[in-house]
Amino acid sequence: MAKSHIELTINGRKVEALVEPRTLLIHFLREQQNLTGAHIGCDTGHCGACTVEMDDMSVKSCMTFAVQANGANITTIEGMANPDGTLSALQEGFRMMHGLQCGFCTPGMILRAHRLLQENPAPTEDEIRNGIAGNLCRCTGYVNIVKAIQYAAAKINGTPFQEAAE
Amino acid sequence: MNDQTKIDQDRAERTEKLQGMGCKRKRVEDIRFTQGKGSYVDDLKLPGMLFGDFVRSPHAHARIKSIDTSRAKALPGVVAVLTAADLKPLGLHYMPTLAGDVQAVLAEEKVLFQNQEVAFVIAEDRYIASDATELVDVEYEALPCIVDPFKSMDPDAPILREDIQDKMVGAHGPRKHPNHIFEWTIGDKEATDAVFANADVTIKEMLVDHRTHPSPLETCQSVASFDKVKGELTLWGTFQAPHVIRTVVSLISGLPEHKIHVIAPDIGGGFGNKVGAYAGYVCSVVGSIVLGVPVKWVEDRMENLSTTSFARDYHMTTELAATKDGKIQAMRVHVLADHGAFDACADPSKWPAGFMNICTGSYDIPTAHLAVDGVYTNKASGGVAYRCSFRVTEAVFAIERAVELLAQKLGMDAAELRIKNFIKAEQFPYQSALGWEYDSGDYHTAMKKAMDTIGYKELREEQAKKREAFKRGETRELMGIGISFFTEIVGAGPSKNCDILGIAMFDSAEIRIHPTGSVIARMGTKSQGQGHETTYAQIIATEIGIPADDIMIEEGNTDTAPYGLGTYGSRSTPVAGAATAVAARKIKAKAQMIAAHMLEVHEGDLEWDVDRFRVKGLPEKFKTMKEIAWAAYNSPPPNMEPGLEAVNYYEPPNMTYPFGAYFCVMDIDVDTGVAKTRRFYALDDCGTRINPMIIEGQVHGGLTEAFACAMGQEIRYDEHGNVMGASFMDFFLPTAVETPHWETDHTVTPSPHHPIGAKGVGESPHVGGVPCFSNAVNDAYAFLGAGHIQMPHDAWRLWTVGQKLGLHT
Repeated sequence: MAKSHIELTINGRKVEALVEPRTLLIHFLREQQNLTGAHIGCDTGHCGACTVEMDDMSVKSCMTFAVQANGANITTIEGMANPDGTLSALQEGFRMMHGLQCGFCTPGMILRAHRLLQENPAPTEDEIRNGIAGNLCRCTGYVNIVKAIQYAAAKINGTPFQEAAE
Repeated sequence: MNDQTKIDQDRAERTEKLQGMGCKRKRVEDIRFTQGKGSYVDDLKLPGMLFGDFVRSPHAHARIKSIDTSRAKALPGVVAVLTAADLKPLGLHYMPTLAGDVQAVLAEEKVLFQNQEVAFVIAEDRYIASDATELVDVEYEALPCIVDPFKSMDPDAPILREDIQDKMVGAHGPRKHPNHIFEWTIGDKEATDAVFANADVTIKEMLVDHRTHPSPLETCQSVASFDKVKGELTLWGTFQAPHVIRTVVSLISGLPEHKIHVIAPDIGGGFGNKVGAYAGYVCSVVGSIVLGVPVKWVEDRMENLSTTSFARDYHMTTELAATKDGKIQAMRVHVLADHGAFDACADPSKWPAGFMNICTGSYDIPTAHLAVDGVYTNKASGGVAYRCSFRVTEAVFAIERAVELLAQKLGMDAAELRIKNFIKAEQFPYQSALGWEYDSGDYHTAMKKAMDTIGYKELREEQAKKREAFKRGETRELMGIGISFFTEIVGAGPSKNCDILGIAMFDSAEIRIHPTGSVIARMGTKSQGQGHETTYAQIIATEIGIPADDIMIEEGNTDTAPYGLGTYGSRSTPVAGAATAVAARKIKAKAQMIAAHMLEVHEGDLEWDVDRFRVKGLPEKFKTMKEIAWAAYNSPPPNMEPGLEAVNYYEPPNMTYPFGAYFCVMDIDVDTGVAKTRRFYALDDCGTRINPMIIEGQVHGGLTEAFACAMGQEIRYDEHGNVMGASFMDFFLPTAVETPHWETDHTVTPSPHHPIGAKGVGESPHVGGVPCFSNAVNDAYAFLGAGHIQMPHDAWRLWTVGQKLGLHT
């Protein structure tokens, strides 16, 4: 199949590649770029395990062709740590609040939470729950994911984080 | 500060530094998972690796007239296409199941369920493999199919399994019909029937625990790599029980077991889906052996939901007999179990219906009888324990719905009826009428704590008022209060009654202390998100006084880990957790001898103090575990082997019996059928608590899966055997929006036979949660005379209930 030439930025790095027009962004990232953090959970856009950031939007990379990312700026979980390599506020929040178990949904969940906090720096619990409704988690029951995002928001905003009482 | 205070403070500081049992240690795993550095099967990329994909049957029941692979093979990039004809000479077109049946790897003469595997295409990448599956031409002759399990044993029912048509004695005894798999009975039938014949009050209801699927976010997948020169196979896969997979692969492939290296890397959730052996695993292995290059197989979601291991599908005719003041005298249950096309339940060998005989629950029921008939239908095979011990969710659903129905008939409060019939604390160890010895429990204390916390009395008063208001037409909302008081049976199990393929269900731990005092420990279990790398280290830390952060836990590599039976049925803590404690104690005993030698005292003159042995009465004379570790390699006592390591294969003397009291408050809009969970309170007693943070996380997750099962999740078939909704579009997985807020609580009744008193917790919330939700829904409609409402309770079905009751105007 004839291949298309694409140029894009992934985690701050310029990338050029040849891809088949039908290659999905998730397969391009995982198999050609060796960025295996984003996962495939459903192939139908429901679970959000493949969520990455594309030009300041959350996208489900299993529903996006790699050619659609031509010229785009992509961030994956591999680009989410602080520049000095320490865990970012969201990554730390997920660990501190036990917001993950098997870890399969976590990269997509963190990327989605990142976009949510960009758009709404101090979300309420309801806003968080609605904001992550496109990302499924089978392990945690979401309570601790909500807390993880609240923890990160507080840390980023420099406001005190108080764990809600049971 | 006086001396004792100083000593206490010092000890507290040293204890805290260990991060041992009882503390909310943050998880080791999260460092890599939060950075996308987990290593799951599909992340694996090997040089020359090919990709396999299945051609699947569109029919539920059909004869295969012909298979033509020529167009597929002609597609550039396709390397091979396997069919049953290729596997048959190798004896691999069927594989043994854990339940004593055989299962087709690739269909030979007939297909028996929709999406059954017919051919395996191997190509250079997954896109080409997928293209080629469309080019395999299969000619079918459709046959009449059986979807309703109640029709399986009709005299004129089509015979499904022609391969075993003449084998009228199966793995579990005589078969009554070619579509019958087994009949399993336990209890005293005559005595039970006699009690029912003379009882004051009886109830009888068909309780259906419908077909669903564990559906972990990561599907089942494998990578097989056969080294033709060495004759060695390395198999990476989503295996909850990697050692068992190694033995199975050896048995079916004929490869010697020591030349098979099975590796389960990080697993993206299991919930029972990843216990069994699947056609995809076998085909990736065969592909690699034939082609001499690695072959990867990855299920897509549709394949996962419609082929690998459904759960439940138990049709339970449940009866209770009681005195008129509410003392339960007997229980009688008949189960019709729909096992699909092959009996591929992942139960211990002697238990074709799992531990369904825990169905007398938390109650002192003197007489009981249980009979289970397993039948074949034209559906996918499985019957796995979805986030529960074997058939325990089914058992608990039966008893917890039945006591509610009995309470209703007696006009008694459902909580009061339960309390009246609880096994009392002083009755433990308790022998149940259906053969179990419950190790421990304190049900009355747990129930009282739960009722006080939730404000049970006030809730019932509020409900009574709401019901009056509803009758007066002032509200269209129904309030339901769901109760579930469950007893689980987990931690399989003692070799006298538990084995898998003849291998006793022990589990294992091997601990090695390095000279510098850090540790590596390996277990026969395999975490799929439970946090084993964190919690096993906490057990070792407390037992031998080395900080958990200096202890690395490794699982899943069968070359390095001691043989174990894997992680499912909440068995990791009860079995491998016990092995870990016992192995640690062996190390500690040797360390004591070394310390005595170092301090030039008798062993008996030493006492353990958090992280050190010290001389009794002379607390300043001590050797820390770290110092002892160095001495073990540097200057062990004369005549003692150097080194400091131990292994334990732990055979549990009994199962463990976690229990809990759950309450759910639900408001249902009678006009839309939308149910909102106002409160859900879960009190769990899992014995000794190793990491309260992880326990709480397990409870949250299990409750969410229970919520899904009770409130909408279902694998449904139409009358032609078409599987309806095998994608996340239709299969209900709750998002953060629907999922209720969970309140957790606990009591602690340690297991008397477990080295650290722990019982296991991962599955309790699912087991207890499903009936709790269903009871809340049923309770909401009970005063309107709805009778038993079957699960799942999605809005459409609840709207239908209102419609049938004439509540919509």
